[in-house]
Amino acid sequence: MSIAASETSGSAPVAGEKIMEVDGLFKHFPIHAGFFRRQVGAVKAVDGISFDVMRGETLGLVGESGCGKSTTARLLLRLMAPTDGSIKFEGQEIADAKGPELKALRREMQMIFQDPYSSLNPRKTVGSIISDPFVIHGMHKEGGARKKAVQELMDIVGLNPEHYNRYPHEFSGGQRQRIGVARALALKPKVIVADEPVSALDVSIQAQVLNLLRDLQRDLGLTLIFIAHDLSVVRHMCDRVAVMYLGRIVELATSDQLYSHPRMPYTGALMSAVPVADPRLAAAKKRQVLTGDVPSPTNPPPGCRFHTRCWKAQEICRNEDPPLEPKDGGNLATCHFPLTDAEVLERVPTARNVES
Amino acid sequence: MGAPLLEVENLKVHFETEDGLVKAVDGISYTVDRGQTLGIVGESGSGKSVSSLTVMGLTRSRNARISGTVRFNGKDLLGASEEDMRSIRGNDIAMIFQDPLSSLHPFYKVGAQIAEGVRAHRDVSKAQAWDRAVEMLSLVGIPEPRKRADAYPHEFSGGMRQRAMIAMALANDPKLLIADEPTTALDVTVQAQILELIERLQSEFDTAVVVITHDLGVVAEMADEISVMYAGRIVEKADTDTIFAAPEHPYTWGLLSSIPRLDASRDEELVPIPGRPPSLINLPGGCSFHPRCPYVREAHKKVDPKLEPVAGNPGHQSACLLDSSVRRKLWSELRTGVKPDEARADVMAAEEKAV
Repeated sequence: MSIAASETSGSAPVAGEKIMEVDGLFKHFPIHAGFFRRQVGAVKAVDGISFDVMRGETLGLVGESGCGKSTTARLLLRLMAPTDGSIKFEGQEIADAKGPELKALRREMQMIFQDPYSSLNPRKTVGSIISDPFVIHGMHKEGGARKKAVQELMDIVGLNPEHYNRYPHEFSGGQRQRIGVARALALKPKVIVADEPVSALDVSIQAQVLNLLRDLQRDLGLTLIFIAHDLSVVRHMCDRVAVMYLGRIVELATSDQLYSHPRMPYTGALMSAVPVADPRLAAAKKRQVLTGDVPSPTNPPPGCRFHTRCWKAQEICRNEDPPLEPKDGGNLATCHFPLTDAEVLERVPTARNVES
Repeated sequence: MGAPLLEVENLKVHFETEDGLVKAVDGISYTVDRGQTLGIVGESGSGKSVSSLTVMGLTRSRNARISGTVRFNGKDLLGASEEDMRSIRGNDIAMIFQDPLSSLHPFYKVGAQIAEGVRAHRDVSKAQAWDRAVEMLSLVGIPEPRKRADAYPHEFSGGMRQRAMIAMALANDPKLLIADEPTTALDVTVQAQILELIERLQSEFDTAVVVITHDLGVVAEMADEISVMYAGRIVEKADTDTIFAAPEHPYTWGLLSSIPRLDASRDEELVPIPGRPPSLINLPGGCSFHPRCPYVREAHKKVDPKLEPVAGNPGHQSACLLDSSVRRKLWSELRTGVKPDEARADVMAAEEKAV
């Protein structure tokens, strides 16, 4: 385990090195309309977020669909260019990297995709899928070296190296996801972004892939950015978690702190909505149901973005945008009226567990 | 209370395919009473969806071999004519499908699709059916229902589409609601809304609900009773508390220990079930779970276990060849975090010696 993981407490300056620094990141997708295709507005997918990623940690990004977590991930990897803001990787600014600089960057950061069925080319053998990164970056050029490297990777992720010449359709969902992991590991990246890596898999297979990712992260000292909508999976995997809502980070804290003492009412509602696989806890908790849908990111509400669905909202919430600042317990949160421990205890089953 | 609302007895659904006979459902029995919620849990390919589609009469294809009995309100559904089924489907029994986007017709207005179902079963005017559609949309919590009924499915968000599906299913006050993965495609917050909605409607109308899911959390919150399916069979059946507190089938143990739990320590190791679900064409002999079971014995590969009551709890049934006392010892070790292999060594070595 890294130092960062064991010592983080949200706001306190974190020991360990920052591998990535994100500052004031924006991504607006323009909307064009009319005969002249003039820009009439923008989808504010990511709307001013700042955070750091520590070396060797697992950082979780959670939020409802459309909150901008996948866009954030793609910006970090520079799969798309940000509208504004800065992204630093090991101290070097990458927000406007181009050409060879960008290609070199790709060796440091890789991605694991959600759907193991559509993210592998059905016409290529597993061997050539995993060795593609070597081809692109001109590595292991001599004869048998590439095959050997690929088979080593297959072994690491728990695939039979003899299946080198098979096609993706010959593998089950869990195995395909392992192929995706092997491909991501091929260039020995420092950062891996996993976007919903297990949500397409069956329950019993999910655990296999989660364990694999956790082991690899520990053994290879990877920095993992883990995106998922399943909050129990995120808690299991991540050292720190950032909660996103409408393109902003609304709460950021260590996993333990976030799940036992959420401060932002939105986080509280998310935690409360997770079904717990324990009938007694489920019966005891007061389910906090959020009403309505997420407002449109084209035209986010003024003030606190969550005020339209928040049960604690007051006048100030409608007018003043709360900054991301430390609250009780060290969580960073954007809220005028953070949840009290009593309110948390009533709604969040994990809090109850920690208290007892 | 009389006879149960839905009685499924020894239901088998086999499909003839070019590759061989697919035993999608292989002899399952369950009952659902009015106002009760039954949860059916299992991995994909365990036959949970096929069994409920058969109840609705939706698997009657040329290559399907269906046997057993399905009685609804005392009426036999398997033998019912297609016409009879049409009058029951969407009226007495309604279904909520998993994917609301592909289950709603993209060309028709949401209100029209709900009203169509009402007109099919009730002798009402178009205007009355439309009013009913609007009423249902407001019941499931869609704001400005009169305006939204006039919208197309693509104008709805995922959660609203699923609510529209529920409105459609409930428009004729069904006695039985079958929900096939009703919340799988949704965010947790919307999932909570939908679960709350189904629960509320159930308590208001005394509807029986069959909820099919792979999410143990969802059944823990909703179901009164749970059936765990594996390879076309029910392998364990009990009330919800028992399934989570004292399960007696290795597959159920596997499911429970392969999900990360919000109420456990963060360092807990997930214990996946090794291997993958078997092919339904070529089931392993004996207990069909044996290739993945950590506690398998030579004998289990030959004998087919039957769903039998567990000692001390007649409502709890399990299809496992292990002795009940052994199972209880194993589970008491597993729940404290012991790995299956060690649990096997601890419990079964002693037992093997005794034999």
